[in-house]
Amino acid sequence: MSQTIEERLYTIRYKADDKSHLIITDHNVCENCRDKPCNHFCPSDVYLWHDVERMTSVAYENCIECGTCRLACPYYNIEWVYPKGGYGITYRYG
Amino acid sequence: MADERFDVIVVGAGPAGTAAAYTIAKAGLKVALIERGEFPGAKNIFGGVLYRKQLEDLIPEFWKEAPLERTIIEQRLWVLGEDNTFQVAFRDGRFQDPPNCWTGLRVKFDQWFASKAEQAGAVPIYETVVTELLRDVHRVVGVRTDRVDGDLYANIVIIADGVNSLLGKSLMVHREWNPDQVSLAVKEVISLPKQTIQDRFNLEDNEGCTIELIGQMSKMAGLGFLYTNKDTLSLGVGVMVSDLQKKRVKPYEVLDSIKRHPMISRLIQGGEVKEYSGHLIPEGGFDSIPPLAGDGWMICGDAAQMVNAVHREGTNLAVTSGRLAGETAIAAHLRGDFSFGTLDDYNTAIRASFVHKDLKKYRGVHSLLGFGDSEKLFDKLPESLNEAIYQMLLVDGVPKKDKQKMAMRLLRDAAGGNLDLLRLGIKGWRAMNG
Ligand SMILES: Cc1cc2nc3c(=O)[nH]c(=O)nc-3n(C[C@H](O)[C@H](O)[C@H](O)COP(=O)(O)OP(=O)(O)OC[C@H]3O[C@@H](n4cnc5c(N)ncnc54)[C@H](O)[C@@H]3O)c2cc1C
Repeated sequence: MSQTIEERLYTIRYKADDKSHLIITDHNVCENCRDKPCNHFCPSDVYLWHDVERMTSVAYENCIECGTCRLACPYYNIEWVYPKGGYGITYRYG
Repeated sequence: MADERFDVIVVGAGPAGTAAAYTIAKAGLKVALIERGEFPGAKNIFGGVLYRKQLEDLIPEFWKEAPLERTIIEQRLWVLGEDNTFQVAFRDGRFQDPPNCWTGLRVKFDQWFASKAEQAGAVPIYETVVTELLRDVHRVVGVRTDRVDGDLYANIVIIADGVNSLLGKSLMVHREWNPDQVSLAVKEVISLPKQTIQDRFNLEDNEGCTIELIGQMSKMAGLGFLYTNKDTLSLGVGVMVSDLQKKRVKPYEVLDSIKRHPMISRLIQGGEVKEYSGHLIPEGGFDSIPPLAGDGWMICGDAAQMVNAVHREGTNLAVTSGRLAGETAIAAHLRGDFSFGTLDDYNTAIRASFVHKDLKKYRGVHSLLGFGDSEKLFDKLPESLNEAIYQMLLVDGVPKKDKQKMAMRLLRDAAGGNLDLLRLGIKGWRAMNG
């Protein structure tokens, strides 16, 4: 009964804004971050480091707005605000 | 929206904010209830168990109309090892009447609760994010929202914006939470036929059961839960954010490892995952509570770290703190004084309530869950406990006295020696007994 993260995220209704509410402040900080824990701790796999492009991509439209990255990025390199009112996730059960 | 003036603005329509808005509206004051979700509950998840007492103080016999799932008559605790489980459970028919607590789902519950505040006269302002507090020197005088012309003014702002309290942070009454003051929980709602749930959990009609799970999960110190709803199960796990930072394990992999455990997999077998979700839980406890009031503002619920993690109580602390903030706002209105001097009465009321007393009792728990000890408590000790019980119950000709010695040795080794076992025991005892 285990599911992929894509299948899991598919169960949530999203209304994505065209602008990200999550911003990597400085990609150089990611470059020098040894463990890149954001690639692991995010429950909806928003963050991914790209070796070739030397940057962290932000799939903000998958964000479930939990706030983990806000506190767990060791360099506080993620600017975190809420999506605009009415945007983002809407749970059906909760 | 321009030029609107309220007696009180409440930010956040979770249990804390709604309780405050309801209390204030009932007294006839002009109160706004602002929520960023499409509707109250849209952004909210919990385990979850809703308790009677604190909500009943606000709305007598609310359970006759509120959307609740099952009345909890049995609570279980399972200590999970790789392929073994130590179980304790308590069932009592008295929990049925009057009901003690229920399982619930926040999307339905929060909407219902907020509708009660609206009926009492609170002005709903949903799909609206409060982006900052408006201040006149240090007095809070209103809020800025993400609406056009979105400034709203009030004598008092009640901050009930939950665990990611950006507003609390902006007041600088607390610094950012440390990663060890919060847990991330991921959860799934899994549907199964009503009868199947009742058969698998030994329940009838609207009876419900909760199972708390402790033990080793994907090398993480996790606390899991499996709760029965009417025709769904709520299955989830919480892991400390500081732990997540260090181990390279994805939160949903921890959930997967629980789902694969033989004790769990057969309970959820055949079910369909209806929803995946995630949310932070404030777990800093007593010593993380920020100042609760200032000139023109009060702060309640998760935004003030009011969660009793040992008893998985949060919604009830939120409701009581919201009610007390609401009552303080009413008194301030009558006095015409909205300064800290008056709003500090909220602080006094919290101190006199179970919120303060319960959190104080367990103030040592947070340090008990600190890195080294948490691994022992959630991983090594459960494993050894299960092994010790296995050995005690195995009839293999070894004399019971020798078995008992072996069991003690297992526990001692898991704790890191006699002294550490003693230290952990004393620390644990103190943490639980206040
Ligand atoms: C997995 C899990 C299991 C739990 N289990 C239990 C349990 O079994 N029993 C129990 O009693 N408690 C449980 N809790 C704790 C409980 O859910 C919380 O303590 C409770 O919800 C706190 O209520 P609150 O009103 O303070 O915050 P919340 O319920 O988080 O409400 C805050 C509200 O404010 C809104 N908001 C935030 N910022 C803004 C803004 N800037 N502008 C507008 N709106 C905003 C949010 O959208 C939200 O609706 C659990 C929590 C989790 C995560």
